Amino acid sequence: MSDRAKTLRSTIVGVDVGGTFTDLFWFDEAERRFATAKAPSNRGDESVGFLQGLKSLGPLAELGSIVHGTTVGTNALLERRGARVGLITTRGFRDVLEMRRRDRPHTWGLWGDFIPIVDRDMRIEVGERVLADGTLREAIQEAEVRAAARSLLAKGAQALAIVFINAYANPANERAAAAAARAVWPNGNIAVSSEVLPEIREFERTSTTAINAYLQPVIGSYLVKLGGALAAETFDGEFHIVQSNGGVMSTAMARRLPVRTALSGPAAGVIAAAAIARAAGYFDVITSDLGGTSFDVSLIADGVSKLSAQTTIDFGFVIRTPMIEITTIGAGGGSIAQVDKGGLLQVGPESAGSRPGPVCYAQGNTRPTLTDANVVLGRINAERPIGGNQTRLDVEAAKAAIAEHVGAPLGLDVMQAAEAIVRVANARMAGAIRLVSIERGHDPSRFAIMPFGGGGALHAGALIDEVGLSCAIVPRFPGITSALGCVIADLRHDQVLTVNLDLAGLDAGALAARMAETGSEAKTVVEAAGVAVDSVEVVYELDMHYLGQTHTVATTLPVTLRDGAVDIDEDVIRTAFEAAYRRDFSRLLVDIPVRIVSLRTAAIGRRPHFDLAALAPGPGLSVDDARRGTRPVWFAGGWREAAIWSRLDLPVGTIVEGPAILEQPDATTVLDPGLSARVDALGNLVVERMKQ
Amino acid sequence: MSVLDPVTLAILKGRLEQIADEMDATLYRSAFNPIIAEAHDACHGLYHAETGATLVQGTTGLPIFVGAMAFAVKAVIDKVAAEGGLDPGDTFIFNDPYDGGTHLNDFRLVRPVFRQGELFCWLASVGHWLDIGGNVPGGFNARATESLQEGVRFPPVKLVAKGRLNEDIVAILAANSRVPQSNYGDLNGQLNALDLGERRLAAALDEYGEKTISAAFDAFMQRAEALMRENIASLPDGLYSFEDYLDNDGVTDEKLTIALDLTIKGDAMTLDFSRSSPPCAGPLNIARSTAIACCYVALKHLFVDVPANAGCLAPIDFVIPDTTLLGVSWPKPVGGYTETILRVIGVVFGALAKIAPEKATAAPFGTINALSLAGYRAGGQRWVMFSFFGGGLGGNPRTDGLNHGNNPISMATIPPVEILEAAYPILFTQWALRPDSAGAGRHRGGLGAIYEIEALSKGGADAFLLGERGRYPPFGVNGGGSAALNVFSWQTEAGDAHPPLASKVADVKIRRGQRVRLETPGGGGWGDPLARDPAIVARDVRLGYITSATAQADYKVVATAEGELDVAATQALRARCAI
Repeated sequence: MSDRAKTLRSTIVGVDVGGTFTDLFWFDEAERRFATAKAPSNRGDESVGFLQGLKSLGPLAELGSIVHGTTVGTNALLERRGARVGLITTRGFRDVLEMRRRDRPHTWGLWGDFIPIVDRDMRIEVGERVLADGTLREAIQEAEVRAAARSLLAKGAQALAIVFINAYANPANERAAAAAARAVWPNGNIAVSSEVLPEIREFERTSTTAINAYLQPVIGSYLVKLGGALAAETFDGEFHIVQSNGGVMSTAMARRLPVRTALSGPAAGVIAAAAIARAAGYFDVITSDLGGTSFDVSLIADGVSKLSAQTTIDFGFVIRTPMIEITTIGAGGGSIAQVDKGGLLQVGPESAGSRPGPVCYAQGNTRPTLTDANVVLGRINAERPIGGNQTRLDVEAAKAAIAEHVGAPLGLDVMQAAEAIVRVANARMAGAIRLVSIERGHDPSRFAIMPFGGGGALHAGALIDEVGLSCAIVPRFPGITSALGCVIADLRHDQVLTVNLDLAGLDAGALAARMAETGSEAKTVVEAAGVAVDSVEVVYELDMHYLGQTHTVATTLPVTLRDGAVDIDEDVIRTAFEAAYRRDFSRLLVDIPVRIVSLRTAAIGRRPHFDLAALAPGPGLSVDDARRGTRPVWFAGGWREAAIWSRLDLPVGTIVEGPAILEQPDATTVLDPGLSARVDALGNLVVERMKQ
Repeated sequence: MSVLDPVTLAILKGRLEQIADEMDATLYRSAFNPIIAEAHDACHGLYHAETGATLVQGTTGLPIFVGAMAFAVKAVIDKVAAEGGLDPGDTFIFNDPYDGGTHLNDFRLVRPVFRQGELFCWLASVGHWLDIGGNVPGGFNARATESLQEGVRFPPVKLVAKGRLNEDIVAILAANSRVPQSNYGDLNGQLNALDLGERRLAAALDEYGEKTISAAFDAFMQRAEALMRENIASLPDGLYSFEDYLDNDGVTDEKLTIALDLTIKGDAMTLDFSRSSPPCAGPLNIARSTAIACCYVALKHLFVDVPANAGCLAPIDFVIPDTTLLGVSWPKPVGGYTETILRVIGVVFGALAKIAPEKATAAPFGTINALSLAGYRAGGQRWVMFSFFGGGLGGNPRTDGLNHGNNPISMATIPPVEILEAAYPILFTQWALRPDSAGAGRHRGGLGAIYEIEALSKGGADAFLLGERGRYPPFGVNGGGSAALNVFSWQTEAGDAHPPLASKVADVKIRRGQRVRLETPGGGGWGDPLARDPAIVARDVRLGYITSATAQADYKVVATAEGELDVAATQALRARCAI
């Protein structure tokens, strides 16, 4: 970075490319000024909206850094637009990717097929074998590997994956094969399983490695193109990418491990939500994002968002890399309401999406959606819709659709039917919240819900009651939460290593040495990213179980890397394991040996504190100026005259009582009767039950 | 009984299913043996206080148990009715397959839920334990002629009385298994699941009240019945018959017939199995409760929108005489029930396919292939690797069948090679799709698989297999062809050997360095193979799903081994065939 850029380091832009809009959050750390921008997303070429949005914020040359939450990887996976991949693997095992774990798409019904991302004739076997204990049974023949690589190239391979059985236990053959292949491979798009995921389970490792190779040319060319465009605008600051684990990485790392960007955008949103909640004094939060087709929830306990080890993008399409745990159900604004053959009202998972969208968008859909119900009930202002391209919404068409498809079959009038749609949708959202809280042993009454995105705040109030949550916190700018998250997110690098050790009689010194090694490596990656951090912290977790179990319990160790070393002993590990096991399963098992399966290491580079006070309402606002009159809104069986407020004009400390609607350009907050909302010091709305 | 509004009903449906799902998930995560933890051979649900009928079932549990669990709960209800003495905090355990269905490895835990001193409903958990004695490690004894050779049988007994665990029963269980620790771990997992289900249900009852939830149970059953009747009524009245065969019973080398006469009359259906073979000497018998459970599975696969509760069986009449192998009682051996139920499911598919072949799905691979390898580690400890294997699903009106899928009775996934190699002294030398194993068709079947395993321990290994489809292949529909047969072999000094009884064998000894090899069937084909696009046939050759010889023989398509289509030669071949 040039000296000039360094002096301008204080300006940072977060860019989140969503399905409809690209949102940007610009912040000047020195002057504590911020700005937001919005540009239409261009499906197929994310860089268009990205650059258009950036330029609207001023000259790029003056920017210190850009952090990007991208869906290029996600979309390439969902639409199967990755590169042509060749796979070199152990003799006898070329079909691992296609055989999966011997599953099928649906419990009931035997239809459905599976097309792997690497065709069978693009998977070549070579002689080699490592045993489960790491013993080398058969070494590779370099000439055979080179011949395989050449053959794949001749068939049009653009990227290469190398996966050998038991490579997690001994990567020597894979490394030798990678070296041999590199000698003939014309580009850097080579993914090696022991580098991408040195963890036991060959299908999950093969799938993750193949997907990495599949994305390498896609992400690589996207980042090269963006980098070129930024350079052409004389931007010479830092450019980083948000990973699925909610941490930021360098573009170099993103090109090497693009599989880690699969949930880049949503992860940034959760990171910001966690930061906003912490600043507001809430450490146990469930974030929710209501989109057009889905409702995404994520749990933050003690201020930390939970990571899951694996996710399934589609049937047989598995990625195993730490990701912010986001639970998705098919209930969004576009979810279609219908009465099934058995007479039950269903909302979703079938969706009208954003095109054609709800009936009230008047783009050709005639089946009612959740958004239509919200419009009919008066909860959404039909004259000033958010998040779409409409200027006004067709309430009458929405009514007719609800009456026909829901009201008539259930014997309800149109208003009752619309209310029923909202109630059933709320129940489904409540189920998703229970799934991440109660089902994981968390008491929901300790948790606040934080809706972000455009739609979440319509339902957050009802969800407080439905699940028994403590309150809802609506961020001051719900629509730009993900872009804000890009600016706030820490740097992070995760590594996993399967070790398979008995706890009893553990050689703690040897394990400590391995931990020190993985910790130092991960720390180096974070330090090399070139972003200002206050400190780099190394966190260790062991996947452990009782001998004989196959699933593991994530056991966080109370140790870190200090002066290049780690201090650990058997007792510390046992105590941590038993606490973790008891938390998950309530009873310990007696006299059964305990085993350490894998070591997980994370290096986290803490970014300088971001003071959210910069976003707070300014002085000089008055409650009276925020009043926008009243309108009738349907609550619990009848019309009520609800007060309408311009949310961003409310001063700090205001308390609004329901029934009320709080409007702002990118979101609508519904206050049901019996709820009150308070504007906190940072401008968040804290929604609570009123004391009787 | 109050009448519930449809909105509350929709809300409670999700809420109660979530309880059963969560019980499933708890057991999967805390179970010891991979058959539960990885293969999800387990199930949980809520059952009717008086009848034991299934009220609510999880969406992830093993399909076959969904039908069988009601019988298990009923067995406990009958015991309590006869003997009395039911208290809050009790939990029963048993594995009797004649009362509760399936086989001895499946341990059922049944717990009453009380509200204000009254029995409200039952919670139950079932899971497949690795070994419960008998002549063969893992329990799949292909040569058993009576139940006692298959393992230890537990009638319903109180494992937990008023909250107090009976350690004597735990000790008896431990003394009767080759892998007591594994069973102990699974037992604890099932208790965890019941504890959790009890807490969750209590919370829902506190919130909605007993009356509302009872009314919801009734409504779920009525709706399931109404939907099932609607589905049946949409089929033309008539008698539809179908037969399929089992290779043999593992003891006597004679084929067994599973014959179904299916009658549709209005909105009711009769499934009559009277023409099936009599009870057999070997373990391929099943109990009546098992037979009903697997008919339920077959119908659920065909009518996917019918909810999973007892209501959907109301319109169906079963004729399953005890003079057939589908209605046996103790001590007839039933350890091979997995194979028989697949054939029962198959004949239900086959009979209904006759109504509209163009809408039907061809037969899936149709064998569990329960393979056990066992031996001793260097330290003298016994090891038992038990698993069952995949094959192809049937071609259907929309697509080719799925390659390497699981059987209709389960959603079981297969443990990874690396997990098995880390746990047992074995080495897989092949884990691959099996070319030419699928039935030909316009939409061909999915491919079966080849698994080849080498013994690594000094004393070698003993192999036991209980499989099927060694002589009667999975059938095609609507003009599609049948799939390849199941093939098992092992290496000996004198070359490869095969089981005299096709796919069933016990006590095969292999030495260190020798291998066993299992080649599983694909699925049957759908539609005329000649209607398949020759370019797609050539692609199948290029990808190695079929050989060029098969392309020529079954599809009349000429392609090189590399998958280059020879259009002229194909036209010529087809012209010759047309004459």
